Amino acid sequence: MKLMVNGEAHEVAAATLAELLAALDYEGDWLATAVNSDLVHKAKRAEFQLSDGDRIEILSPMQGG
Amino acid sequence: MLELYGTELPSRLLLGTAQYPSPAILAEAVKASGTSVVTVSLRREMAGGRAGEKFWSLIRSLGVRILPNTAGCHSVKEAVTTAKMAREVFGTSWIKLEVIGNHDTLQPDVFGLVKAARILCEDGFDVFPYTTDDLVVAERLLEAGCKVLMPWCAPIGSALGPVNITALRSMRGHFPGVLLIVDAGLGRPSHAATVMELGFDAVLLNTAVARAADPVGMARAFGKAVDAGREAFSSGMLEPRDVAVPSTPTIGRAVFS
Repeated sequence: MKLMVNGEAHEVAAATLAELLAALDYEGDWLATAVNSDLVHKAKRAEFQLSDGDRIEILSPMQGG
Repeated sequence: MLELYGTELPSRLLLGTAQYPSPAILAEAVKASGTSVVTVSLRREMAGGRAGEKFWSLIRSLGVRILPNTAGCHSVKEAVTTAKMAREVFGTSWIKLEVIGNHDTLQPDVFGLVKAARILCEDGFDVFPYTTDDLVVAERLLEAGCKVLMPWCAPIGSALGPVNITALRSMRGHFPGVLLIVDAGLGRPSHAATVMELGFDAVLLNTAVARAADPVGMARAFGKAVDAGREAFSSGMLEPRDVAVPSTPTIGRAVFS
């Protein structure tokens, strides 16, 4: 399945958002995720089914003004 | 004491966390400023990266409140989704709402701002909108549910200071009971003192401290200026006069001729 993760193209076998995070070595409770511009809650990642062409954003705390 | 969305805060200075020479200097500057609130952001994390964790751990160790922002968002959808992601990560309903409308001036898109503010207020957020000094926009933001307004006094990072004192004075006068925080454009402690003397409730700044030669010293200076400006406002300042008025009593003056 072809996905865009943080703006980069990835070819992965993950079926769910949680599997994608594990496959790409993302871990930690400080991460926030969105698929196709909508928030996917941490508790929903394991059941959230990904589809070909999905755009995933994985964000974490950063300095800000 | 300053009260924002039901939280009492000892300091009237809100401080940004970006652009410091090092995390250690950021931490020292936060302490030196006396601030009770720091702003933070969300950005893309690298695969396997732990940059976010390190930063988040540092911020939590400072013991101050977190005000996440939606910096860099140019659409209502981006800002709303970013706010929701921030609420999940930072565990707060506070959000500094930015919807940027112009790349050069980083001027807020006030139309998108009002729309996003309405969506987020209805969703239970405590919204701190980064806006202009436009009174009509301010009215719309209040109607949307905002209890705090954050007008700029000059473009973000410009260090120009209050470029339109008349507009700020008008805003303060027009909304006497609304919490007003000057956000963006402050360059010097005297700028902060000036807007506090006008009766603004607080200031939010970042670049003026972070990019100073000595951020810790500048943070301390801004903290003092904010306190001084507030105390001056509360103490009732003299209005300027066109003629001289002797300060030394004239009664009992010796006559030598």
